[in-house]
Amino acid sequence: MPSTPHKYTFYNRLRTSFLADIYNVCRFILRFFAEVFRPPYEFRETVKQCYNVGYKSFALVSLTGFITGMVFTNQSRPSLAEFGATSWLPGLISIAIVRALAPLITSLIVAGKVGSNIGAELGSMKVTEQIEAMEVSATNPFKFLVVSRVVATTLMNPLLVCYMGFIGLLGAYVNVHQHENTSFAAFFQHGFSSISFLDIFASIIKALIYGFTISITGCYQGYNAIKGTQGVGKAANVAVVVSMFLIFIEEMIIVQVVNQFR
Amino acid sequence: MRKSPVDIDKQNAVVRIRGLYKSFDTLDVLMGMDLDLYKGENIVVLGRSGSGKSVLIKLIAGLLKPDKGTIRVAGEEVDRLSPKELQELRLKIGFLYQGSALYDSMTVRENLEFPLVRNSPPLTRKERDAAVYEVLENVGLAQSIDKMPAELSGGQKKRVGIARTLILHPDIMLYDEPTAGLDPITSSDIITLINEVQQKYQTSSVIITHDLTCAKATGDRLALITDGKFSREGSFEEVFRTGDTEAKKFYDYNFIIDP
Ligand SMILES: Nc1ncnc2c1ncn2[C@@H]1O[C@H](COP(=O)(O)OP(=O)(O)OP(=O)(O)O)[C@@H](O)[C@H]1O
Ligand SMILES: [Mg+2]
Repeated sequence: MPSTPHKYTFYNRLRTSFLADIYNVCRFILRFFAEVFRPPYEFRETVKQCYNVGYKSFALVSLTGFITGMVFTNQSRPSLAEFGATSWLPGLISIAIVRALAPLITSLIVAGKVGSNIGAELGSMKVTEQIEAMEVSATNPFKFLVVSRVVATTLMNPLLVCYMGFIGLLGAYVNVHQHENTSFAAFFQHGFSSISFLDIFASIIKALIYGFTISITGCYQGYNAIKGTQGVGKAANVAVVVSMFLIFIEEMIIVQVVNQFR
Repeated sequence: MRKSPVDIDKQNAVVRIRGLYKSFDTLDVLMGMDLDLYKGENIVVLGRSGSGKSVLIKLIAGLLKPDKGTIRVAGEEVDRLSPKELQELRLKIGFLYQGSALYDSMTVRENLEFPLVRNSPPLTRKERDAAVYEVLENVGLAQSIDKMPAELSGGQKKRVGIARTLILHPDIMLYDEPTAGLDPITSSDIITLINEVQQKYQTSSVIITHDLTCAKATGDRLALITDGKFSREGSFEEVFRTGDTEAKKFYDYNFIIDP
């Protein structure tokens, strides 16, 4: 006996779509934590995914990092020059890059490159029933596909952030060297004396959280992709948009929390 | 293509379905279905597109949960099993997907090794290679071992799909439209393969098809789904030599041309 279809009211929409989504996302995340520590571990697949994450974003992170450092320095110079304080540039730039720019920009790049890729890859595996096929060959697809990718991205993102911080400072140094003729040693000495352990620690925590956000969003979207090629495109697209949005929200919260410790 | 006689153990039902109901939201798909699949038997399931054939075998493999009714596979009630028990049961089930569902980021070899490395007691490289060669040889694709699925034709994919399920020597095979979209010659190869599998490994199979040639050549028994139930069941002749209009439509379409 077909029951009457749901009435299209705001309340029903909320109940069937928004709240249901939140519930499902929470379950997905809990499942991740339930399975990540339970053997058997998919070591090979995780290593392969680490390589993938690094390889996919390496070139873009290098280029963007260098340019960001250079351009940011260049743009900051006039306002410092007004007070005759261009000697503060290395310190200012280091703080900006380590505290904010490196984690944020790297994670946005990783969201664009890796997050969309995870969404599309798992999405197409889902719609062509490959995920189900893994299940019937008595493998746990969640572990093989989701856990490996989330672990890999969460671990690789901090590495990429550190790398970008370094490249960004290098870009800044090139610019400072051109204009103020500061030596390499002086630049980095000044730069590092301005940043604290808390800055670095907070950035690494941020990088871990953003990496987790990106990969879990990508996996969730792909894993729940709906039938058809549209489903795959949508999974990739939503993965990027949602994870970028979440990264900014998290940034806001984390900055507030970290400021309590300063 | 005549089928050579097979041993069917009518006392021993490897799959037993009673009063099975399944619906999605407002769509009722299966409504009170009963089925016995005996040891060593090939049963062909016929039915119109959307009648719930794929849903039926997914229920058997425990991929979906029934709303009502029982499904016993190899003596176990599928929807009562713990994830671990279900995983063990699935080792006895081979599932050929309608779209083959090969892992497209892996080569044919890796596709075949995938169930092997995860589930059997640790094998040496050599033993694994031997197992992979054996099943690929069985489906006549040994030369494609290092190809990617994207480089294979539809029929080759189906055969690799069959090989991938055979590698764990399942007791029960579930074929979802094994000959759909294939040319007559490839189809007849697959039909031969299905019968060989039955003979060689003593498997019991559920074969979903719209292709009555395949149905006649592989099925020991046929069952026709109408309105979420099996409306007719028996040998090819028993199902089609009747006044049943649904059965007649099926038959007429498949054999409309007199050569
Ligand atoms: N996971 C699902 N969620 C919602 N509806 C589903 C799901 N799986 C199947 N259905 C619906 O159940 C019905 C039966 O689907 P099924 O795939 O079993 O058909 P079929 O008999 O295999 O058809 P075909 O011959 O075209 O493969 C279809 O109407 C389908 O839309
Ligand atoms: Mg189907």
